[in-house]
Amino acid sequence: MTTSYKPAVHFNQVDFSTKAVHIVKGVTGSFPEGKITTLVGPSGAGKTTLLKLCNGLLSPDSGVIYIKGKPIEDYDPIELRRLVGLALQSAPMISGTVYDNLNLPMELRGRKLPETEAVQLVEDVGLDKSFLQRKVSDLSGGQRQKVSIARTLVNKPEILLLDEITSSLDRKSMKEIEELIVHINRKYGTTIIWITHNLQQALEIGDFTWVMMEGEVMESGESSLLENPTNDKVKRFVKGEEK
Amino acid sequence: MSYLTLSITLIFVVIPLLLSKTLNLGLEKDTIIATIRSIIQLLLIGYVLKFVFESESLVYIFLMVTLMIVAATHNAQKKGAAIKGITWKVAVTLVFVEVLTQSILLGFQITPPTAQYIISISGMVIGNSMVLSILFLNRFTAEVESNQEATELILSLGGTPKQAIHKQLIDSIKASMIPTIESQKTVGLVQLPGMMSGQIIAGADPIQAVQFQLLILFLLLTTAAVTSIMLGFLSYPTLFNQRMQLLKN
Repeated sequence: MTTSYKPAVHFNQVDFSTKAVHIVKGVTGSFPEGKITTLVGPSGAGKTTLLKLCNGLLSPDSGVIYIKGKPIEDYDPIELRRLVGLALQSAPMISGTVYDNLNLPMELRGRKLPETEAVQLVEDVGLDKSFLQRKVSDLSGGQRQKVSIARTLVNKPEILLLDEITSSLDRKSMKEIEELIVHINRKYGTTIIWITHNLQQALEIGDFTWVMMEGEVMESGESSLLENPTNDKVKRFVKGEEK
Repeated sequence: MSYLTLSITLIFVVIPLLLSKTLNLGLEKDTIIATIRSIIQLLLIGYVLKFVFESESLVYIFLMVTLMIVAATHNAQKKGAAIKGITWKVAVTLVFVEVLTQSILLGFQITPPTAQYIISISGMVIGNSMVLSILFLNRFTAEVESNQEATELILSLGGTPKQAIHKQLIDSIKASMIPTIESQKTVGLVQLPGMMSGQIIAGADPIQAVQFQLLILFLLLTTAAVTSIMLGFLSYPTLFNQRMQLLKN
């Protein structure tokens, strides 16, 4: 991606393979700081792997990833994962209440989340403070996703990775989550990297978009590229001919 | 018991063979192999034990216990093939459990330092430790496999590998210890332990047989706890690399 923005995350010729599959192939490009970049592409394109490379759950076989200008391997893994938060589609929860889940990142540091911060967090994600004592097993899909995002925010990440967080939600919940992400981006200046299957969402919410196919970045730039792609494969993908 | 009487007991082998044949279970071959193996192995070990007990040589006692540990390690490590270096982890655990229990038994003069006691009790301790290892490894590898997302959630929130695997580790340790604890709750009510029954049949005073059985039961509690916990804490770090990433197979 050629932009004049300062990169929050920069990939330089990054490759990643499992024993059987070459998943990410020579990816080079930047995710601009303070912006929302969406990642779109067919299933198996390597999008989730790319996110896991960003917060150090995986390491590249070759190439270098820079986080805020510093090579990723120079970060302590724990420091890196607090700086680069990750929210997943399934919004996994630990059993207990919403507060127990929000407290989890603090508990991992041997501390406790103050009640006032917990209230601020649930209200930030559009939930009432009474939710804090609710059991997570009683939450709807959209509410779970909001709690998952709020939990990630406890670490005050500067970069937030979102893996298809709205794909299993109804239209109303999806819109609420979209507004929430834009709100977080605007309020805290958080860099957002968002995997989505919803091209309309990528177009409306994303400042920039990467189109990934078969482990490669086929096209990247401002999200409007989805309206007039130049690459033939991307054209077919946008028309829904390539899943 | 004479060999003639013993041969009559083969009727207990014929019954399952007939049942298997009638119901087409297909277990005849395995039953015959198991019977022949048990006859050969037990007779062989009977003669070996007779020789070792009579010699009272520390070298032979050491060799017997080593042989037990090697065989138990070989058997248990198969269940943890996904864990790097599992063979030595199981071996170290079994050696530690054996040394710990024998040190207490001999150190407090609970049992005499004779081949008869050391080898018999070692057999029970190592055998139990092997079963515990298998139960633990079976459960732990399944827990790790099915909870990858939960493990990665903790890691992604800035947790350490130990924090990320803690729940799976504790669940596996508890699950592997439960059979030992539960079977002790019903001992004497539902089942009479093999060793105690054997002693009583051989003419020993039932009270003395019970005392020895209690000793073994308490010993097996320690064996269960130490085996599961030690193997657990030796195993979990190898599931992660230095960058605190969960290694997948």
